[in-house]
Amino acid sequence: MSRSYQSWGNYPKARNQRVIPVHWRDAPPDLQAVDGSVLAYGYGRSYGDSCLNENGTLLDITPLNRYIAFDAERGLIRCESGVLFADLLQYIVPRGWFLPTTPGTKYVSVGGAIANDVHGKNHHVAGTFGRHVTRFELLRSDGSRLICSPTENAELFRATIGGLGLTGLILWAEFRLRRIPGPYIAQQKIRFGNIDEFFAISDDSDKDYEYTVAWVDCVSGGNKLGRGIFIRGNNAWHARLPNKSAAPKTLLTAPFDLPSFALNLHTVRAFNEVYYRALLSKVQRKIVPYDPFFYPLDMINEWNRFYGKAGFLQYQFVVPYARDRSAIKEILRQISASGVVSFLAVLKVFGDVESPGMLSFPRPGVTLALDFPYRGAPTLRLLDRLDQIVRECGGALYPAKDARMSPQMFEASFPNWRAFSQYVDPKFSSSFWRRVTGQAASGK
Amino acid sequence: MKVMIIGATSAIAHEVSRCFAADNAALFLVARNAEKLAAAADDLNVLGAAKVETYVADLADLNTHAALIEAARQTLGGIDAVLIAHGALGDQKTAQQSVSATLELFHINATSYISLITLLANHFEAQRQGCLAVIGSVAGERGRGSNYIYGAAKGAVALFMGGVRNRLAKVGVSVLTVKPGFVDTPMTAHMKKNALFAKPAQVGKRIYAAMLKGEDILYVPSFWMLIMLIIRNIPERIFKRLNL
Repeated sequence: MSRSYQSWGNYPKARNQRVIPVHWRDAPPDLQAVDGSVLAYGYGRSYGDSCLNENGTLLDITPLNRYIAFDAERGLIRCESGVLFADLLQYIVPRGWFLPTTPGTKYVSVGGAIANDVHGKNHHVAGTFGRHVTRFELLRSDGSRLICSPTENAELFRATIGGLGLTGLILWAEFRLRRIPGPYIAQQKIRFGNIDEFFAISDDSDKDYEYTVAWVDCVSGGNKLGRGIFIRGNNAWHARLPNKSAAPKTLLTAPFDLPSFALNLHTVRAFNEVYYRALLSKVQRKIVPYDPFFYPLDMINEWNRFYGKAGFLQYQFVVPYARDRSAIKEILRQISASGVVSFLAVLKVFGDVESPGMLSFPRPGVTLALDFPYRGAPTLRLLDRLDQIVRECGGALYPAKDARMSPQMFEASFPNWRAFSQYVDPKFSSSFWRRVTGQAASGK
Repeated sequence: MKVMIIGATSAIAHEVSRCFAADNAALFLVARNAEKLAAAADDLNVLGAAKVETYVADLADLNTHAALIEAARQTLGGIDAVLIAHGALGDQKTAQQSVSATLELFHINATSYISLITLLANHFEAQRQGCLAVIGSVAGERGRGSNYIYGAAKGAVALFMGGVRNRLAKVGVSVLTVKPGFVDTPMTAHMKKNALFAKPAQVGKRIYAAMLKGEDILYVPSFWMLIMLIIRNIPERIFKRLNL
């Protein structure tokens, strides 16, 4: 089981990284003795270069996967930072608890969820993951170990949540879980013919549905522009069906890197047409296990390999919702007209629950996540054009998914990054951080 | 289930302990480092162990062995199964330059095992049931220039275990020799990882199943059985020329 220590998008590829595994929270490596800069690395599910440290050292936290305490009355769990969400779910779901919020893959670490202040389908009610973190222990490169919470080292607490691993190494964390009646979700899928219909359904759903998200067809233009399928759900009350387990099943593994022409305008258009039409009625109701509901892509191991060796770029932005919806429309028009295909497009309206981190991405507005096979300059040019639209609307890009935004775009997305940077540990850095702050390799 | 894990902070041993904990076993953990032992115990408590007791001991000191086994028997109220998993890979190149370093490595990987196995074999023989499992290694099957001190120790333990198995089979006690291949643990942290490396969790689950089933010899992952069949059958006059 060799590990590649690259990112999920396979672009860019980091060279010359050394790896130090961290096995014990009470016997961490001496970071001062490491040459160059360091950065925590978990399961490598960040898409771009925020989890990479070219010409530096990665601290592999996956051996830090122990539980420390679980208060089954209050649903409060304390565990080491390398605990995998997938393992945690296997432990908590049978006990009647669930993650407070979860990203679209369960193959992320607790530390990574904090460092990226991840969000999920219940953002409009629960906010980001960081909102549910009660405290954690942070190892700084000077060897100090600090307990951080909303009341203790509060500034460092807010800097570390969403802080992209730059403030130090999270050794363990404590966070609140959510009570669930069982492992099933009462799901509804609703077809919408265009973007206005999406907003109407979304407005209508936020009050009554815990989880909302939509898939959008980004290939069709004209009057089909922005058509898609809205997915909403609640935890099903009549869960715990006997003899039926919600145990995750992996359907298949991508056997090898597909040749880069496999995903093209025609195959994606055909897929979109089939996927859209497969929903025969306007509304489909179903009780489904939590796994396919929250983690549909985890059913295919290493799905990133469908994009071939060249890799792919994710592009996720948020634009303020209040002003108007023209930004989303304009971006969809641009993508559809460009002929560049996005295989996956996911749309969601964020709620106004405040994100706790200084550098947290989620904010009130509408967010769209797209992915594009990397085809060199034309792909980058399209994304630069999209940047402009996002910027003009006062929007922001998501660092966890970024591999190419300019320092200007970063500044526009996170105007307070200079205030944040005073909490960055001098020994910690990442390929992403050096790129968006325009630094050369550092970490003396 | 009352289970004693010796060398409980080893990554493989901990994964086996996790399986026992999930099945509500009472556990008695022995290791050298108190902080690491506490971290392992916390994890097993959360996972559902009926009880977790820890015992700090330097296993190289043979005088501690009888006392720690007695402590386990007292606190658990008996011992149903034992896994011995401590050890040190050592550095062959440095150790081979010195008799004392060579024997020290042999001592922790072989002599200390022989001491513990002897005491535990007597316990199980009197009890007439249970499981004694020991972590050996595929390295113990053939002497290789790069790793023969560790290999010879593991080979000695495997041979010793064969005898104990033969003796205890008469009273229905199962005696398991585990032969892991490469596993991604702190012991192999310095090695470059390739496709042959297994994850400790996968190895731990397999050992747990073998202990419950009462297996004799376990290659894990199982493809090592085939690899070792080939390696054992390479004639010595060819084998001695290989860089292994």
